[in-house]
Amino acid sequence: MQHVVVILKQTFDTEEKIVITDGKVSEDGVKFVINPYDEYAVEEALRLKEAHGVSVTVVSAGPDRAAEALRTALAMGADEAVRIATEAIHTDEYGISRLLAAFLQTQSYDLILGGNFSVDNGAGQVAVRLAKLLDLPHVSSITELTVNGEQATVVRDAEGDAETLEVKLPALLTAQQGLNEPRYPSLPGIMKAKKKPFRELSLTDLGLNEDEITPKTQRLGISLPPARQAGKLISGTPGEQVEELVRLLRSEAKVI
Amino acid sequence: MSKSYVVIVETKEGKLRQVSLEALHAANLLREDGDHLSAVLLGHQLDDAAAELARYIEGQLLVIDHAELHTYQPELAFEAVIQALNALPDEPKLILLGHTAIGRDLAPQLAARLACGQVSDVTAIHKDGNRITFTRPLYAGKAFEQTILTDGTGVVTLRPNNLAPAAPAAAAGTIVPLEFTPPSTLQTILKDVVRKVSGKVDLTEAKIVVSGGRGVKSAVGFKVLEELADCLGGAVGASRGACDAGYCDYALQIGQTGKVVTPEIYIACGISGAIQHLAGMSQSRIIIAINKDPEAPIFKVADYGIVGDLFEVVPLLTEQFKEVFAERTS
Repeated sequence: MQHVVVILKQTFDTEEKIVITDGKVSEDGVKFVINPYDEYAVEEALRLKEAHGVSVTVVSAGPDRAAEALRTALAMGADEAVRIATEAIHTDEYGISRLLAAFLQTQSYDLILGGNFSVDNGAGQVAVRLAKLLDLPHVSSITELTVNGEQATVVRDAEGDAETLEVKLPALLTAQQGLNEPRYPSLPGIMKAKKKPFRELSLTDLGLNEDEITPKTQRLGISLPPARQAGKLISGTPGEQVEELVRLLRSEAKVI
Repeated sequence: MSKSYVVIVETKEGKLRQVSLEALHAANLLREDGDHLSAVLLGHQLDDAAAELARYIEGQLLVIDHAELHTYQPELAFEAVIQALNALPDEPKLILLGHTAIGRDLAPQLAARLACGQVSDVTAIHKDGNRITFTRPLYAGKAFEQTILTDGTGVVTLRPNNLAPAAPAAAAGTIVPLEFTPPSTLQTILKDVVRKVSGKVDLTEAKIVVSGGRGVKSAVGFKVLEELADCLGGAVGASRGACDAGYCDYALQIGQTGKVVTPEIYIACGISGAIQHLAGMSQSRIIIAINKDPEAPIFKVADYGIVGDLFEVVPLLTEQFKEVFAERTS
C-alpha cells in the first residue's frame, strides 16, 4: 500500500447559526472547519501513514476559502494538497463527483477515504458517486478499518448494526463517527505544512468543459424554519410535574 | 407520453418499512393517469412482504428474492436494482427511496450510473403542473431549500416520518418475480453482522424519541430512558456530549453530526441544547425538556419543560404513562 487520497469539504462549524441575506446563506464572520466526517477520514489516512508508510494526498473541490481546510489537513500530517477551484463554477453533487473523478483518474492510489456526508448540504452523494464513476468497490459509514495487503477489513454502521466486510483494494470508504479521534495540528506540523506541495487545478487542467459538469439540480429558494417558541414550564413536586405533563400531552397537545 | 415511477422498497426483519410506504404515497401524488408505477423489492424469503406490498401498489411489483440478498450489500443490491430497472418497459422518470442506511448508499450509486441528479433527504414535495419542487434540509435543518431536478428525472430519497404513508390501493398489484444472477466476482464480501438494534424501533422512524445528554451521567443512567422509551414504543437517542463521554454508541447520536429525527414527541433528558443538537431535533412536533438547569437553552425550544432531576422525573413519567395505557386497555 503506497498512496491514500482523502476527499474533503470545508463546512461551517456545527455551532454556527444560519443567517440568510439576499437569498443566500451569509458567510460573514462564520468559522469554517474541515467537515467533521471528513476529518475522521484525514485522521484514518494519517494512521495508515504511520502504520504502513503510505503518502497521503488531500483533495477538495471548493472555493478559495477551502484552501484553509486543506492547509489544516497538511498541518495534521498529510503530504500533499490539491484544490479543484470551483469559485467560477456552478454545479452540484453530480458535477463535483465528476471533477473529483477527473482528478483521481490522473492518480494511482490504493484507497480513497471520505466522510459519510457533509454537515452543510448533507446529501451524502459525492463519495459514493465517485466510487461508481471510478468503478471502485465502496463501503460507506465505516467505524473500523484494518488494511492487510491487497484488501481491507471494515466494520460498517448500518443503523446501529455492525457489519464486517472485506473489500478488495483499491476501494473507497466513507467515515462514520467512532472511527477515530482526530488529532489537532501541532505547531511544528503547522510550520511544516507551509512547505508542503499545494496544487490548484482548474476545469481546463482536468480536461473537462462546463457542459460535462452542468448541474442536474437547481435551487429555487432557501428559507429558515419557523422559530420555536418556549412553551410551558411545569412547576410543583416531581410527582405533580409529571402528572401535569401527561395531562397536557393528552388534553392540549393530543399526542398520546 | 406516459412516465414511469419506481419505488425501491425496504424490509426490516421481514416487514415493510414505513418509509417505503411513504415513498409509494409520494409516487402516487406525483404520477398522473397513464403513468406507470413499479415497486422493486429485494431480499430473501420475501413472500409475506411481497403479498403485503401488493396491497399498496396499483402497478407491478418486481421481486428479487435471492439468498445472497438477505443482508444489504452495496454491490449486490446495486446490481439487483439495475437488473430490475432493465426489466421495466421504459426508462424511469423518478426513482424514490427512503433516506435510510440502505437508501443513502444505493441512491447515489444509481444516480452515478444513470448520470442523473439526486435530491436527498426530502421532507416535502410540491407539484405545480409539470414542475416538482422538493423541500430538503440544509445544515441538518437549520435552513431548508426548495430544489428541482432540472430535466425532471432523477433519484429522490425521502426522510422518514415526513410524508403520509400510502393507503391500500383499490386493486392489488401484480407480483413479478425476477431471476437474479449475482456478479461472478465480488469486490466486497460480507463476513459478519452483529445485530445491536434488533427488535428495536429505528431511531429515525420512531414516533417517540427519548434522548439523553451529559446529565444522564453514565451508560447505566440510560437504563431509565430505555424503560421510558420501551413503555412508549419509542427509541432512545443521545446528544454528542453523551456519546463523546462514552455513555452510548455513536449510532444513537442526534444532531448536525449524527442523525436528524422528526418524531411526534421528543423527550430531552439532561440535554443542555447546544446549537448542533437543536439542528437534529427541532423539527419534532412536541418537544419535552427535563433538565436540572432552568437556564438550559433546550427550554427555549421546548413545548413543555420540567426543571428537575431526570432520575426522579423520568421513572415517575414511565409509571404515569403505564397507568394511562393500563386505563385505556382495561
